[in-house]
Amino acid sequence: MNLSPTRTGPGEIRGDHKVVASLVPHGARVLDIGSEDGALLDLLTRERQVDGRGIELSQEGVNRCVARGLSVIQGDADTDLFDYPDRAFDVAILSQTLQATREPKRVMSELLRIGKEVIVSIPNFAHWRNRAQLLFRGSMPVTKYLPYEWYDTPNIHFCSLRDFVALCHELDADVEKAVALSGKGNKIPVNAPWWVWNLVAEQAVFLLKR
Amino acid sequence: MSADTVNSAAAENLKASESETPSSKLARFSADEALELDSGVRLGPWQIAYETYGELNADRTNAVVVCHALTGDQYAASTNPVTGKPGWWSLMVGPGRPIDTNHYFVICANVLGGCLGTTGPATLNPETGVPYGLDLPVVTIRDIVRAQARLLDHLQIDTLFAVIGGSMGGMQVLQWAVSYPDRVFAAVPIAAAARHTSQNIAFHEVGRQAIMADPDWRGGNYIQEGVRPTKGLAIARMAAHVTYMSDESLHQKFGRNLQDRDHLTFGFDADFQIESYLRHQGMTFVDRFDANSYLYVTRAMDYFDLAQEFGGSLPNAFKNTRTRFCVMSFTSDWLFPTSESRRIVKALNAAAANVSFVEIESDRGHDAFLLDVPEMFQTINGFITGAARVRGLPAPGETAGSRP
Repeated sequence: MNLSPTRTGPGEIRGDHKVVASLVPHGARVLDIGSEDGALLDLLTRERQVDGRGIELSQEGVNRCVARGLSVIQGDADTDLFDYPDRAFDVAILSQTLQATREPKRVMSELLRIGKEVIVSIPNFAHWRNRAQLLFRGSMPVTKYLPYEWYDTPNIHFCSLRDFVALCHELDADVEKAVALSGKGNKIPVNAPWWVWNLVAEQAVFLLKR
Repeated sequence: MSADTVNSAAAENLKASESETPSSKLARFSADEALELDSGVRLGPWQIAYETYGELNADRTNAVVVCHALTGDQYAASTNPVTGKPGWWSLMVGPGRPIDTNHYFVICANVLGGCLGTTGPATLNPETGVPYGLDLPVVTIRDIVRAQARLLDHLQIDTLFAVIGGSMGGMQVLQWAVSYPDRVFAAVPIAAAARHTSQNIAFHEVGRQAIMADPDWRGGNYIQEGVRPTKGLAIARMAAHVTYMSDESLHQKFGRNLQDRDHLTFGFDADFQIESYLRHQGMTFVDRFDANSYLYVTRAMDYFDLAQEFGGSLPNAFKNTRTRFCVMSFTSDWLFPTSESRRIVKALNAAAANVSFVEIESDRGHDAFLLDVPEMFQTINGFITGAARVRGLPAPGETAGSRP
């Protein structure tokens, strides 16, 4: 399921995927939750030589992943992380999925249990365009990067970057690294304080440890 | 004698000769090389009939074992000598097929307890000179796999690149991965389960009772007595055949259509097409299968519960496994439903194993794994190709060492 359509042409690597890949050590044992069509796992397998597994909600996505030689199962972040033993993976990755889970806090705490490191990429609901739509138009934001209407969005638990960092603190997870991205997935190169990123980043990638 | 009886007698003779001296390859083991069975019995001498396709590479690393289902045989990709029909999995195994015999050395053996050349109840008991009948010890899926492992020893093949099979074949795949974890690089259990459920056992019991209720079964000694429990075996097959199809596929294929008539006859002839179809399935089955084998092989499936020897914990069965798994189920399969495959996947996850799981949309029921289901072929092809890369085998379309 593609929850935040960061469109790329064929063969083009998504910006957030590039960032995630740069955070994954070579040869790591990786679990990628929300594998979609396997683009990230494929990238990690080719460029970081990881031992990768994936979980994907849509059967169609799973079949595509397996047909391209990736180890992916059909499953749900809300229910299927409990089976894995503690610290089963060097890195657990949750790509653009947290906002669609029923219990984000539980999912996060499961991730921190099964992965020695956790990489989470999330859309930032507090981006200035969203704020402006709510403030001036009085309607729930619909943007190029978050194109759903309130009634048909699969995204049920939105947070801002600030909210996410607060959740990490609550879960005793340290933010080792954070990379702010534009909607297109380009890195925002400035080293800015939080509130700036919380305003100008459309998405972000976090590397967490506990 | 009617033409029908002549044909049946001919089929019977062919079946008898295929059970002792099969047209396929055959490995014989002496009494000194007995097979230790789960029942505690040492079975020997014994023999295992098998077919191979493709060439074994110089490193002996490209072998694939194909495991057949309940009434299958070793002729996965070649003509069955009894029926004259093409191999039961020629869509899956062959040159350019997902299990590409241009690249892999495929071995398919008749199961222990079977009737096409591997030791089974129709085999002559060396101690008595007459067929074993019920004197053959009951065999298990683990015994069946053990016999296959002995065949591989005989062929001097240490490790398998892959083991693949559907239904009871999938049970053998799982047993292979658990009994010989270091010998199996990749495992593909299709439409299978880690245990036979109560419902599964129930259906098998109906079939066995039908066979044993046939007066011509003669306590299992029908061969010596020159008769055959064809009615019982045919009914067993009819009942089982229903479980292999979905309601949807039966409805599409037959509906309530009448067989060669315009009106109901108010009698018990085969008024409906489905009845006629099932009777035909039953009748043709008895020409190619032995009734006692049906008892033994169904029993092997009933006894199957992979977790049992691991304190009831399925994850423990797969502990520390390094095998790559591709588990596959079909949406309309109610005999080995997706929930059973998921149980396997959950256990593999708990063991942090490398697993793929695909549920294929199909209305063909349990039998889908034998049919032309393109999505299944694409998935197997992708999984096998991916595994071949990791294994360092040249996958179809690649030469050794090249990687896209």
